[in-house]
Amino acid sequence: MPTAQTWRAAAISLAILVAFLSVWHLATRGTGVTANMDPEYAKLMGQTATQGKSAMPGPFDVATTIWGHLKSPFYDNGPNDKGLGIQLAYSIGRVGLGYLLAVLVAIPIGFLIGMSPLMSRALDPFIQVLKPISPLAWMPLALYTIKDSSASAIFVIFICSVWPMLLNTAFGVASVRKEWLNVARTLEVGTFRRAFTVILPAAAPTIVTGMRISIGIAWLVIVAAEMLVGGTGIGYFVWNQWNNLSITNVIVAILTIGVVGMILDQMLAALGRSVTYPE
Amino acid sequence: MSTFDDPFDANRRLRAEGCSCGLHASEAEHRRSSQLQCVPVESEEKRYEQVVASAVLRKIFPQDKSRRAFLQSVGAATALAAVSQFFPVGAATEVFAQGAGALEKKSLKVGFIPITCATPIIMAEPMGFYKKHGLEVEVIKTAGWAVIRDKTINKEYDAAHMLSPMPLALTVGAGSNPIPYTMPAVENINGQAITLAMKHKDRRDPKSWKGFKLAVPFDYSMHNYLLRYYLAEHGIDPDADVQIRAVPPPEMVANLRADNIDGFLAPDPVNQRAVYDGVGFIHILSKQIWDRHPCCAFAASKEFVTTMPNTYAALLKSIIDATAFATKQENRKQIAEAIAPANYLNQPVTVVEQVLTGVFADGLGTVQRVPDRIDFDPFPWESFAVWILTQMKRWGQIKGDIDYAGIAKQVFLATDTTKLMTEVGLTPPKETMKTFVVMGKTFDPAKPEDYLNSFAIKRPA
Repeated sequence: MPTAQTWRAAAISLAILVAFLSVWHLATRGTGVTANMDPEYAKLMGQTATQGKSAMPGPFDVATTIWGHLKSPFYDNGPNDKGLGIQLAYSIGRVGLGYLLAVLVAIPIGFLIGMSPLMSRALDPFIQVLKPISPLAWMPLALYTIKDSSASAIFVIFICSVWPMLLNTAFGVASVRKEWLNVARTLEVGTFRRAFTVILPAAAPTIVTGMRISIGIAWLVIVAAEMLVGGTGIGYFVWNQWNNLSITNVIVAILTIGVVGMILDQMLAALGRSVTYPE
Repeated sequence: MSTFDDPFDANRRLRAEGCSCGLHASEAEHRRSSQLQCVPVESEEKRYEQVVASAVLRKIFPQDKSRRAFLQSVGAATALAAVSQFFPVGAATEVFAQGAGALEKKSLKVGFIPITCATPIIMAEPMGFYKKHGLEVEVIKTAGWAVIRDKTINKEYDAAHMLSPMPLALTVGAGSNPIPYTMPAVENINGQAITLAMKHKDRRDPKSWKGFKLAVPFDYSMHNYLLRYYLAEHGIDPDADVQIRAVPPPEMVANLRADNIDGFLAPDPVNQRAVYDGVGFIHILSKQIWDRHPCCAFAASKEFVTTMPNTYAALLKSIIDATAFATKQENRKQIAEAIAPANYLNQPVTVVEQVLTGVFADGLGTVQRVPDRIDFDPFPWESFAVWILTQMKRWGQIKGDIDYAGIAKQVFLATDTTKLMTEVGLTPPKETMKTFVVMGKTFDPAKPEDYLNSFAIKRPA
């Protein structure tokens, strides 16, 4: 992209942001003192009732709250009140673990399915039934059988991130060009060597695409799962703030979830670029 | 009468109406007027002794009249001596106060839902009541009743805050497989309210509520039974004329603001929060439906109770201590400050304080003063369980013949006094029942079926 165009795009992005923030600010302005209240009574009421403060926080409220979280992201005041940084670390840890397990299971099985049309046919009905199940539908079952809420959350991450990787791996492996496999066969390359030196590099971009879809889903699911089981994590943070009807903190959490999700996605995009296979 | 009152005082009534001296309309009023004169210094041993003695005396004199006559004729000291002959109150108290031996487990996890009903469970942590009994307890905020149930079944929690109908529902297997549960202590009494959206401030008569959408926190909850009872007494069929939904408490306020529901019967601080945010007003307090009704409970699985009796006794003692502390009005402000932060209720202090002190804005421009808006009394009357079972049957949650007294006994008092008394070779009390009045109608726990049949609105059995 030419430099001039990059600058113009940035300018438009900035203009959209400023317009959005202005509308947000104007829409959430308070109306001033609403009603004449007995001072003793007014003392017992919140600002929405007394000052006509909007129930929705404005951009300045959110900015102040974000600053507060950034100043001390790692405080720990007991089991129910930890800094935003610690909550994120818990969530990323769970996603990482569940996702890693999914990689360990999905890629070998994906290879097997991709290389063997027989296994592909045999496993297909199971995959087709299990794939569309909403990850959260697994939660009660997991909680009841695994009997540990943290392990259940990891299991749910695993079960939802396994399918896109599995299907993409199988597809990538199955669609390696026949000529290359034939050449390998003529040169009498063994099965394992063939898998690692011919098929893996050729299928790698498709596999990484599957991994990228999976990490997106895993990050979507962890928030919902933690809202359900509670304890720690960014999802628990959202639930806890929602309990308190603190919409400001809920918005902060939403922004944080978006930023972390973007970072995870970009990491896999970079991985994808590094394994691109020049034909 | 509260469990913490002296049962050996001939002037005290064991019933809720009136106060112990007879000069005031309620015990709360009596307490307020007597507070200025003197606050008796109560030692711990004395308190445990009272809890044990209450149970014994209630057993010996199920009729309040005969107990008072007996005490008046012989005097409290003689009565205590006489009772001690049959039942070594001192020894039982000692066992109760000291526990039978070393703690099997020191660090425990107790789950709670962030509502003021959980006050004793929560405050025992920041205020050091668990520590006093040698326990390291982590109180863990939990996302919902079903999760509390599952995590307690999973043994992630050693004990938990539950709705008092839940251990009953678990034990009889309503809504899940039957698991033996015990409810050794009631967490709180009163403390709920019916809150309506501001637009209904002129429709205070429930007869005009046809078509309302109302919310309760859980199907197996006192909230559900009290709301249904209240509606039915006003001729509104809770299943046909209105919609009652189970909605998590924070969503109640948001839905009220968004006009999705017309009102709810909910635990605090939700009612007060709706007022604080200017979206609703408090129609009535649940105390006006049934004064001193039980609500939430402290529950543990039978397995925990039997495998770790000493730990369990220490835990229960912490809760009883905390509850005794919370009963006193003068401590309520301090408690509100301790439990309002993010670690516990995560609410503005003024909201929690209004609930606990009973000096609150009602949403209609008046500051109301109801000191026993919420109160704390751990004694798990079995007749409460019987009443709850009648309502479960009334609304079709359980069907067929029910052994009301049997289930009540198994769940509500299976542990504390019963277990500790059996341990020292005593015969525990067989019944712990009392009659009470719900919306002007007296409930006799000995005749649950008659009570059930007296309602015009009920589901066919």
